[in-house]
Amino acid sequence: MELLRTLVLSVAVLGTAMTIVAYLTWIERKVAARFHNRVGPYYVGWPHGWLQPLADVLKLIIKEDLRPRRADALLYELAPVLVVVPALFGFALLPLAPGLAVLDHPYSLLLFLAVGSLALLGIFAAGWGSHNAYALLSALRSVAIAVSYEIPMILALLVPALLAGSFRLDDLVQRQTGGAWFIFAPVLGQVSFVVFLLAMLAEANKSPLDVVEAESELIAGYNTEYSGVKFALFYAGEYAHTLALCGLAATVFLGGYLGPAFLPGPVWLVLKSLALFVLVLWIRWSFLRVRIDQVLRLNWRFLFPLALANLLLAAFFAVRTR
Amino acid sequence: MAEAPLQVVERDFGELAMHMGPQHPSTHGVLRLTLRLRGETVVAADPGIGFLHRGVEKLSESLGWEQLAPVYERDDYVAPTFNSLGFCVAAERLGGIQVPRRGAWLRTLTAELTRIASHLVWLGTWGLDLGGALGGGTTLYMYCFREREKILDWLEAHTGTRFHTNVNLIGGARYDLTPELARSARVLMNGIEAAIPELWGMSGDSSILRDRTRGIGVISPELAQAVGVTGPVLRGSGIAFDVRQAAPYDAYPELQFDVPVRREGDAFARFQVRMEEILQSVRLVRQILDGLPRGPIFTRRPLKNPKASKLPAGEAYAAVESARGELGFYLVSDGSWRPYRLKIHAPSFANLQVIPHVAPGLLVADLVALLGSLDPVLGDVDR
Repeated sequence: MELLRTLVLSVAVLGTAMTIVAYLTWIERKVAARFHNRVGPYYVGWPHGWLQPLADVLKLIIKEDLRPRRADALLYELAPVLVVVPALFGFALLPLAPGLAVLDHPYSLLLFLAVGSLALLGIFAAGWGSHNAYALLSALRSVAIAVSYEIPMILALLVPALLAGSFRLDDLVQRQTGGAWFIFAPVLGQVSFVVFLLAMLAEANKSPLDVVEAESELIAGYNTEYSGVKFALFYAGEYAHTLALCGLAATVFLGGYLGPAFLPGPVWLVLKSLALFVLVLWIRWSFLRVRIDQVLRLNWRFLFPLALANLLLAAFFAVRTR
Repeated sequence: MAEAPLQVVERDFGELAMHMGPQHPSTHGVLRLTLRLRGETVVAADPGIGFLHRGVEKLSESLGWEQLAPVYERDDYVAPTFNSLGFCVAAERLGGIQVPRRGAWLRTLTAELTRIASHLVWLGTWGLDLGGALGGGTTLYMYCFREREKILDWLEAHTGTRFHTNVNLIGGARYDLTPELARSARVLMNGIEAAIPELWGMSGDSSILRDRTRGIGVISPELAQAVGVTGPVLRGSGIAFDVRQAAPYDAYPELQFDVPVRREGDAFARFQVRMEEILQSVRLVRQILDGLPRGPIFTRRPLKNPKASKLPAGEAYAAVESARGELGFYLVSDGSWRPYRLKIHAPSFANLQVIPHVAPGLLVADLVALLGSLDPVLGDVDR
């Protein structure tokens, strides 16, 4: 019975998540178009081209699936899966209602981060396995980015965990009842949110910190050689990763499923995640790209010390209020 | 057992050869840079050209003088009018043909509008180089193209063609300006002037752009002169050379304008020079609209039969300041209806020559910023 419940829940969460991910591409194109004084997708499906994501998926499925002759077959074929699965796993950990998550784990916050960073393996496998100079450079960059930006991201998330005294995401949400969202915690909340947001841009590979996929330098980075379904998987993986991180930020900083009762909890979670996603898009479509060494410098000289100081401050408060 | 002293071993992974282009988002067309990389640092960069060679110079030997001007508009396909203008000025010099004042002023008007349009394209594409098609770069690109679109609309109203306007004739301008068009041109200039602070705010005011372009791709004045770079690239290196001042043609002797110069020689200096040139062009267009003389616009009506129109035997060189620099035409005539030989000095070609000198030591990302700041148009390079 427990197994059946988990199965039904995971199918529901996965289905919803994948649908939203598909429509994130449409949302992104619409939002970007607004920034550009354009209209965006319009003709495929009335109104406003709402069938465009479906058409895109269909197109990618019927495209030829190529593999470069000198590519490492195993790594090349495995990489898209390695990217998508960890990204989707994150959704299983997000609490949808009090006590309701596909996987309710006492250390779900840490589990989220641990599994989420496995996506790096997929990106590196793709870059290394493609036998392409651009993909290789992108793979090297992705390792450098992940190694440095994981640290401030975790440090930023430790602050709410420290204040709540738990690593369980549901506990973190419960601590924020009554509008006491962590982002409203004076100084601590805002600093850790900004640090998390910047780290998320780098992790999810969004401009201005999208050096891994910097297409004006590296064409398409690690997925240069991919086509068809495998490219679609990378694409879905990237958006799923972003959405999962937005969901995590909504859960940790914005009270997750909490909200006025006229909407059910999961809807609030989705709405908050989407709001964060639009914020990411706003940043993404406004700034030029930072150079790779400047991205790393930003982390080591600014984000990392800031996150560390913030954590120390939080520890101080946590001890005093105990 | 004594502990061995800690040794830092730097492994040399050797060099990575990379062909950047001819199919690459940031090589502005079909340039191929053969790179040798150590990590991400460029050790050597060798520009390979010729992928867009269309044999225009050879083609010139089989077309009549009257037929040629439109052909050259396809060379530099971002600022087309300068190409035909350069040819017409050279042919007039060869034939000793006088251009009526109104015609000369009208040609200058189109040229300056095209310069603004070309610099807007440059800024937008440089944004793509620096910001990527999936990021803020596209936003800058779209804003630039919004302004450029207005210029093209005006040119369409003036000449019937949005882009390859074909206004320049040997001996004058093809289309006259109506009072309504002059009025709308004034409105257009006000719009451009108002848009510059906005574009500047998206580019020059951005600390990301400053950090990425200051001190990148520095071309010293000595190198600039040794290699023979021209146009905004030369003026970004502190040398105030502008054909419009050094060897004025058409209406320029009668117009007031400044030549923006920067000493730094880096990518940001070239950016500043071009941004100021847009404002100078606005100033020039306004002067032309204010003081446009009356009279005929051309002396020689184009003949239906190209073989009937001949230029005297001899040689002539004339250069115009295109959006990219000194665009020169060297003509040799044997007195027949077509050129005996014709050579184009292309500014983009001259500017590309600095890449092997400047690129070593840059990162791949800087190389993209450098290449964009040179503003090469491959149609102009390869001809």
